[in-house]
Amino acid sequence: MQIFHCPFCGPRPDAEFHYAGDADKPRPARDCSDEEWARYLLMRANARGVARELWVHRAGCGRWIVLARDTVSHEIGGSEPLNP
Amino acid sequence: MSTSRRLPAGGEIDRSRPLNFSFDGRALSGYAGDTVASALLASGVQVLARSFKYHRPRGLLGVDHEEPNAILDLRLGARHDPNARATLEPLAEGLQLSSVHALGTAGRDLLAVLDRGARFIPAAFYYKTFMWPHWHVYEGMIRRLAGLGRVDARSRAQAAPHRHLAVDLCVVGAGAAGLAAARGAVAAGRSVLLVEQRTRVGGALLWRDATVEGEPGSRWAGRVAAGLEAAGARVLAGTAAVGLYDHNAVVLHERGPDGGRIWQVRAREIVLTTGAIERPLLFGDNDRPGVMLADAALEYLRRYAVVAGERIVFATGNDTTYVAAQAFAAAGARCTIVDSRTGSPAQDAARAAGIEVVAGARVERALGRGRVEGARLASGATLSADLLAVSGGWTPLIHLYCQARGRPRWDEERGTLLPGEPVAGLRVAGAAGGARSLAEALAAGAHAGTGGGRVEIPDCDDRPFDWGGPPDTRMAFGERRAWVDLQNDVTAKDVALAVRENFRAVEHLKRYTTLGMASDQGRTSNVNGLALLAERTGRTLAQAGVTTFRPPFLPVSLAAVAGTQRGELQAPLRRLPAEEVHRAEGAELREYGDTLRPAAYGTSHDALLRECRAARERCVILDASSLGKIEVQGPDAAALLDFVFYTRLSNLAPGRLRYALALAESGAIFDDGVVLRVAAEHFVVSCSSSHVRAMTAHLEEWREDRFDLSRVFVHDATPQWATMAISGPQSRRVLEALALGVDLDDAAFPHMSAHDGVFAGRRARIARVSFTGERSYEVSVPAGLAAELWRRARAAGAEPLGVEALGALRCEKGFILVGVETDGETMPHDIGMGRARETRTDAYLGDRSLFTPAACRSGRRQLVGVAAASAAPLPVGAHALSRAGGRRRSVGWVTSSHPSAALGRPVALAMIEDGASRHGEELEFEHFGAMHRGTLVAPCFLDPSGARLNV
Ligand SMILES: [Zn+2]
Repeated sequence: MQIFHCPFCGPRPDAEFHYAGDADKPRPARDCSDEEWARYLLMRANARGVARELWVHRAGCGRWIVLARDTVSHEIGGSEPLNP
Repeated sequence: MSTSRRLPAGGEIDRSRPLNFSFDGRALSGYAGDTVASALLASGVQVLARSFKYHRPRGLLGVDHEEPNAILDLRLGARHDPNARATLEPLAEGLQLSSVHALGTAGRDLLAVLDRGARFIPAAFYYKTFMWPHWHVYEGMIRRLAGLGRVDARSRAQAAPHRHLAVDLCVVGAGAAGLAAARGAVAAGRSVLLVEQRTRVGGALLWRDATVEGEPGSRWAGRVAAGLEAAGARVLAGTAAVGLYDHNAVVLHERGPDGGRIWQVRAREIVLTTGAIERPLLFGDNDRPGVMLADAALEYLRRYAVVAGERIVFATGNDTTYVAAQAFAAAGARCTIVDSRTGSPAQDAARAAGIEVVAGARVERALGRGRVEGARLASGATLSADLLAVSGGWTPLIHLYCQARGRPRWDEERGTLLPGEPVAGLRVAGAAGGARSLAEALAAGAHAGTGGGRVEIPDCDDRPFDWGGPPDTRMAFGERRAWVDLQNDVTAKDVALAVRENFRAVEHLKRYTTLGMASDQGRTSNVNGLALLAERTGRTLAQAGVTTFRPPFLPVSLAAVAGTQRGELQAPLRRLPAEEVHRAEGAELREYGDTLRPAAYGTSHDALLRECRAARERCVILDASSLGKIEVQGPDAAALLDFVFYTRLSNLAPGRLRYALALAESGAIFDDGVVLRVAAEHFVVSCSSSHVRAMTAHLEEWREDRFDLSRVFVHDATPQWATMAISGPQSRRVLEALALGVDLDDAAFPHMSAHDGVFAGRRARIARVSFTGERSYEVSVPAGLAAELWRRARAAGAEPLGVEALGALRCEKGFILVGVETDGETMPHDIGMGRARETRTDAYLGDRSLFTPAACRSGRRQLVGVAAASAAPLPVGAHALSRAGGRRRSVGWVTSSHPSAALGRPVALAMIEDGASRHGEELEFEHFGAMHRGTLVAPCFLDPSGARLNV
């Protein structure tokens, strides 16, 4: 029941969005180590406090956004397009 | 027993509209404006229910949502509510009510014998006793005894659709403080929603005397509410705020037939003016019918003109009860007040009004069997009474404040829990905030509503409110049991037992004894339970802590939660554009994913074999319209597809098709499909029917992540096109008859190529691609022409083919279904598609995962065919067994299994450890204890060279 701010649509209910994982996770190149790949594929930051998360505005503009969200207070910070 | 307790005049009821109803078969009557509870009380019915655990007789303790006992089975025409709450249910003509937890009726419950064995059923009795040898031995018997009411599985209650509302201010509770808050907010120009749980606004002004702005409180309340509505505010009565969620989302439940309605409200600010409710007193047999909260008795008297007793003993320790006693004395009842205090000025005033007051005294136990006949005091004196009106002090309703993560604090002076630190966007006012008088409540409400600025505070006469101090536990451990939680049958002794067994934390106490856990959520029991816990553990109430308050504040029917989101409205079915034609052909339609498709034409096993034979010998037509048609266009379209697909697609020539796999980043097969390159910068991805939306999202995700958005576009065009797959050795003849304007010569139109044609004057796309292994043509036309295309192909000799027969045909060929043969571990090299893994060096989704130790190890499950030893198909899901080292172990399982019309024996596919290198090996298969045998073979039973594609 949170309100997210979509950079394209403005404030919208969270039910319109679909969670898609941690933001800021660059995809390693093919020659990376098994450990590095496993970190990218499987490990989550699971931040206590402000987390930068990827969300898709599925029931809205359909765009992917990066949202700063406090996982404790559920306060919503800024958001930006994943691909500006 | 059916003496009328109704006063000749007064109350909110409409005496010109009598209503007939029944309770446990007895014909009774009441008036419009009654609740079920007030009508039963007026009719002299005292025993309404049997208690949860001991089947003790129970009557009304309360008057509103705090009532723990009066849960009834209600029927009215087609409506059936197995858990109707008598205090919240408006009386209606023809209501049939019955008690829910009795064997027989509430008056004569054959299970009451359980109470006599009560000392053998202490707290956690079930946890301790029924563990050996196993809970399931006892479960059936206990479940038959437990529970309140029986669900009617045939009930089809259809609640109203949810409503959504955004306001500046949502005020919860339309008592004096709430009305003042709403009026102040409206005056300040804010949009306001005022919610009231009772069916009428006014709160305690409806039953306690007061003068506000020069008029009686109840009339003032009505006038203010009318003014609010006239000024554009919304007032919702009979509606409870049941949940408060993040970012000031408030969920309301508006009561009504068939479950009522849910409102989802978003408020800039929330004001809670939810009031306070009275606590019962702890003494022996305090659950007897005829023990009632004093303020509840007053509300029955004033609002419904029902005198709950004629000889009343008030047991209290606060001044607020004296208001009720005075009112009953004025109504002609004989009243005695037993007050644990001495020297309160209220006592002298009461004596002056002719009310007997026993000061410095406590009720030790209720007297009477089945119903209250009197009270025995701690001094040993007895008083006769038909109503024991009790007050153990007051508890503010701060559930919503706690749901908003507010932390309550113990207030020693009032002896109760009050809101602690403020929560942003939320104010608490009135009795809920600890107001000590009507004037204080009105002032706090008005301030909360305006949120600062100029405030107009309604004036009123002096009405102090005595909170009563902390719970009095001195009579809790007498010779007779004292009830703490009436709804869950938890006694003071159960709390003591829990403490002795070291369940001393409040959350442990709750779970061990079930104190406060039922549908009333411990409304009347939580603070008394805390007081007992504090006393038994030698702590103060402030140290005892509180349990978590969770939504919903009141039970909400599942019908209301569902609203109209049921059946097809909850999960809409996708339908084929030619559905009517399939029905006319006698198709049996089934859901595949979210699409309704023809399973077979005709229902018998013969239909499947007949359709398979037609495909191999003549020509069939399959409605493949639900297969994906995702357009990918733009200068970077090829690059996007190269990245998302495991199979390289950028080197596909325009006009050609390629079978392709897409992987998840984990390396597991995500989907398969056929990709057509229409032109250099234009592709169409035809994926599995049930994966269309996921595949579109998948393409969109990586487009957003890695590409210039102006250089590649993804668009799902699936519903725009109808696709008919025409397949079989005679399919070319059918295509010729359709006259699509395409050169059908195999040199001009080879397998895995596509051409544009014309059908009925519109553009058609014809692709040679085969799911059956036979020569096949997929004809796609605008969706509106689906039926026409089907009819013309049928007229040209194509016979209908359903999805089930297609499953058998593709199994003969060893074509996989993603999610059937494959699971979340299956990688392309497990199904014989390892080539791209060896040759591709550019980046594609899942690439690195294909080279981890897990992906490279031996022993991975690989796709094989299985030739069953017997004529019966192997069961799907049967496990292949290894007995290596004397140990039985599953080495894989059967994924698909079908009879084969072409081969005359069953065919199966399986995923078996190292299966690709074990062809020829015979294995045992076990399915639910039955053993089968089968030989591993190459996963293609028919035409391995593919010659039939060009027959
Ligand atoms: Zn958006």
